[in-house]
Amino acid sequence: MFTYTILILLLPFLSFLVLGLFGNKFSHRVAGLIGTTSLGAVFLLSCYTAYEYFFAVGRGAAGVYEALVPYNITWLPLGTLHFDMGVLLDPISVMMLIVISTVSFMVHIYSFGYMHGERGFQRYYAFLSLFTMSMLGLVVATNIFQMYLFWELVGVSSYLLIGFYYTQKAAIAASKKAFIVTRFADMFFLVGILIFGYYTGSFSFSFVNELKLAEGATAFVPVDAARAVAAGGLLLPTALTLMFIGGAGKSAMFPLHIWLPDAMEGPTPVSALIHAATMVVAGVYQVARLFPLWIAYAPQAMSIIVWVGVITAFYAAAVAMAQSDIKRVLAFSTISQIAFMMVALGVSLPGHEAVLDNHAQLGYMAGMFHLFTHAMFKACLFLGAGCIIHAVHSNEMSEMGGLRKYMPVTHWTFLFSCLAISGIPPFSGFFSKDEIITACFQYSPLVGWVMTGIAAMTAFYMFRLYYGIFWGTENKEAHAHHTPHEAPWTMTLPLIFLTLITVTCGWGVNFGSFVSASGLDYPIHLDTQIAITSTVIAIVSICLATYIYKGERQPVADKLQSAMPRLHQWAYKRFYMDEVYQFITHRIIFAHISKPIAWFDRHIIDGFFNFLAWGTHELGFQIRGFQSGAIQKYAYVFFLGVLALLLIMIL
Amino acid sequence: MIELNYILIVSAVMMFAGIFGFLTRRSTLAILLSIELMLNATDLNFAAFNRFLFPGGHVGYFFALFSIAITAAESAIAIAIMINVYRQLKDISVGKLEKMKW
Repeated sequence: MFTYTILILLLPFLSFLVLGLFGNKFSHRVAGLIGTTSLGAVFLLSCYTAYEYFFAVGRGAAGVYEALVPYNITWLPLGTLHFDMGVLLDPISVMMLIVISTVSFMVHIYSFGYMHGERGFQRYYAFLSLFTMSMLGLVVATNIFQMYLFWELVGVSSYLLIGFYYTQKAAIAASKKAFIVTRFADMFFLVGILIFGYYTGSFSFSFVNELKLAEGATAFVPVDAARAVAAGGLLLPTALTLMFIGGAGKSAMFPLHIWLPDAMEGPTPVSALIHAATMVVAGVYQVARLFPLWIAYAPQAMSIIVWVGVITAFYAAAVAMAQSDIKRVLAFSTISQIAFMMVALGVSLPGHEAVLDNHAQLGYMAGMFHLFTHAMFKACLFLGAGCIIHAVHSNEMSEMGGLRKYMPVTHWTFLFSCLAISGIPPFSGFFSKDEIITACFQYSPLVGWVMTGIAAMTAFYMFRLYYGIFWGTENKEAHAHHTPHEAPWTMTLPLIFLTLITVTCGWGVNFGSFVSASGLDYPIHLDTQIAITSTVIAIVSICLATYIYKGERQPVADKLQSAMPRLHQWAYKRFYMDEVYQFITHRIIFAHISKPIAWFDRHIIDGFFNFLAWGTHELGFQIRGFQSGAIQKYAYVFFLGVLALLLIMIL
Repeated sequence: MIELNYILIVSAVMMFAGIFGFLTRRSTLAILLSIELMLNATDLNFAAFNRFLFPGGHVGYFFALFSIAITAAESAIAIAIMINVYRQLKDISVGKLEKMKW
C-alpha cells in the first residue's frame, strides 16, 4: 500500500531531466505538454493518496491517523546515526501534497498561456518540474536532514525561476538577493539541525504520531530528547529556535522578509506557485512538523514565534497599503498572511505542555487550515494579477483602472479571492482566519485584538488593490491605444478552478477532522462573538476602501496622502528596511569585517603560497645546469657513483 | 700454464680502456666501440671463471654466449640510431647531441 507515492517524487524529477537535458529538441507545445502531463499525473496520485490515507486506511485504534512510512532507505550511514531518505505520510504531509500538486498543476496549465512564445519556454517548464519535485520531497521528508536537503533544492529552483529573465538586471539582483537572504537564514537552520542531531542522537521525526513502517523500510533512529534535556535545559529550545530562524527566512518573516517583494521580478505564475502558495509556507510547515517538540520541550520559546509573527503581519499589512505595483501589494499581503499562520502555530495555551490537545493547541489546526485556504486564494490572486499584467503590459496600478468591463472572468475570480482573504463568509478565508483569531483570543486578548486589526487592514488594502485595478481611474489613453482583453482559456481555467475551491472548501469540508493537534477529530465550531466581530470589521474596512477608492476621482485618498506625506512615503519605501540592510551590509560588515579579512587572505595567506612557489622556481633555476644533455657527463657521474658504492662496500 | 690472474688482468685492462674511451671519445661510433670493449671484458671474465673455478659446469659459457647475442642486438640498434642522428645533424659527435636536455 502507498508504494506508488514514490512516483509523486519521481515523475516531476523525470520530467525535469527530460526537459532539462533535451528541452531544446522539443517544440514549446511538446515541452509544455510533457511538464503538464507529468504534473497532472502527480495531481491525480496526490488526490488518490489523500483519499486512501484519510478514507480507505482511516483512523487507527487510538482514533488518530497513523503516520505511514512506505519508503525509508539509509542514504548515508554514520555508525549508529544514519541519514535516511524516504516518504512519510501523515495528515499534514498529505494535506501539503494536495496543496502543492493542485497549485503546481494549475500553474503548469496557466503558463501555457502566460509564457506563450517566451524564449526559454522549455527551460521554464524544466525549472517548474524541479521546483515541484523538491517541494514535494520537502513535505514528505522522513527526517530533518532530508527536509533540509530539499529545502535547499527549493531555494535553488526559486533562485533559478526568479532569475528566469536573466537579461534584466533587476531580475538578476532579485534572484541573488533571494538566494543569499534565505541562505543566510538556512545557516541557522543547519546549526539548529546539528545541535539537535548531536544531542538527541537522531534526525528523524520519530516523535510524530505512531509510526507504521512499511516492509523493507529502514527503522527510524529514535529521538532521545531526554538525553538532550539532561545535557542542558536550553539545548532543545535553542535548536528549535535556530531552526525557526531558518523557517523565518524561507517564510519571509520580519526582518528576513526583504527578498520576497523583490522576488516578484520572476514570471507571475512562478510568484503564484513559489512565492505565494508553496515555498514560502515551508517555514510554517517546518514549525508544524516539529510542533510536538515545541510543545513538549520549548513552550516558552513559542512566544518568539508569536511576536515575530505579529510584528511581521503588522509591518507587511502597513506596507501593502501604500504600494502601487500590484504584485508588490500581493507579495506583502502574502508575508502578512504567512505571519498569521506563524502566529497561529505559536499561540499554544501555556500550561498544556504535556499533551497535544485540540483545544489548547487550536492554533495548530487553524494555521494549517489557513495555509491550505491561503494557498488556493493567493495563487488565484496572483494568477489573476498575471492575467491583468498580460492584458495591460504593466505592473503599475496607474496603468489600470476600469478593467472590469474588459476582463469579466478575471474580475469575478479576483473579487471572490479578495473576499476570501478579507474574511467574508462563506468564503474559505473567513473560516480559517476566524479560527486563527479565536486561538489568538484564547492566548491573550492583546494578540487577539491586534490580529483582528491586522485582518481589517488586510480587507482594506486588498480592496484598495481591487478597486485600483477594476474600478477607479481608468487610464483611457493607454486603453484606447491598446484595448485590454480577457486572457485565453488556459489562463482563465485555473482561475475558475481555484475560485471554486476557495468558495467551497470553507463550509464544504471540516478541516479539523483531517488535521488537528492531537490527531483526534475536531469539529470546527465558530465562536459566534468573534465571527461576527471580525466579519463586521472586515465589512467596515471594505466599505471604507469602497468609499475611498471606487470613484473615478479619489479626493479622500489624495487628501489623506497630502495630510500625511511622511507616513505614506515611509510605507511606500517599506519603512526603509532595504536601506537599513544596505547600510548594515555595506557600511559595517563589508567595510569593517570583510575588507580586513580579504586583505589578510590576499596578503598573508596568498603571500605565503606565492613565496613557496617563487622559492621552488628559483631553486629549480639554480640547479638546472646539471641537466646538460651531454651524455658523457652523465656517464662520468654514474661512474663516480659506482666507484663510491664500491668503496663503501669494500670498507 | 696460464693462470686465472693473468686473464683477469687482461680483462681489467680492457674494462678500464673501455671506460676511458667511453668518457673521453667524441665520436659516438668510438663510444660504441668502447662499450663493446667493456662487454667483452666481462665475457672474458665469465669464461675464465667457469674454466678455472668450475671446470665441470657450463653456466659461465652460457652467460658469455647470451651476452654476446645481446651485444650484437644492441650494436645494431645503436648504429641505427647513429644513422638517424647523422641524417638529422650531418654529424655523429656527442657534442652536437645536446637536444635532450630540459
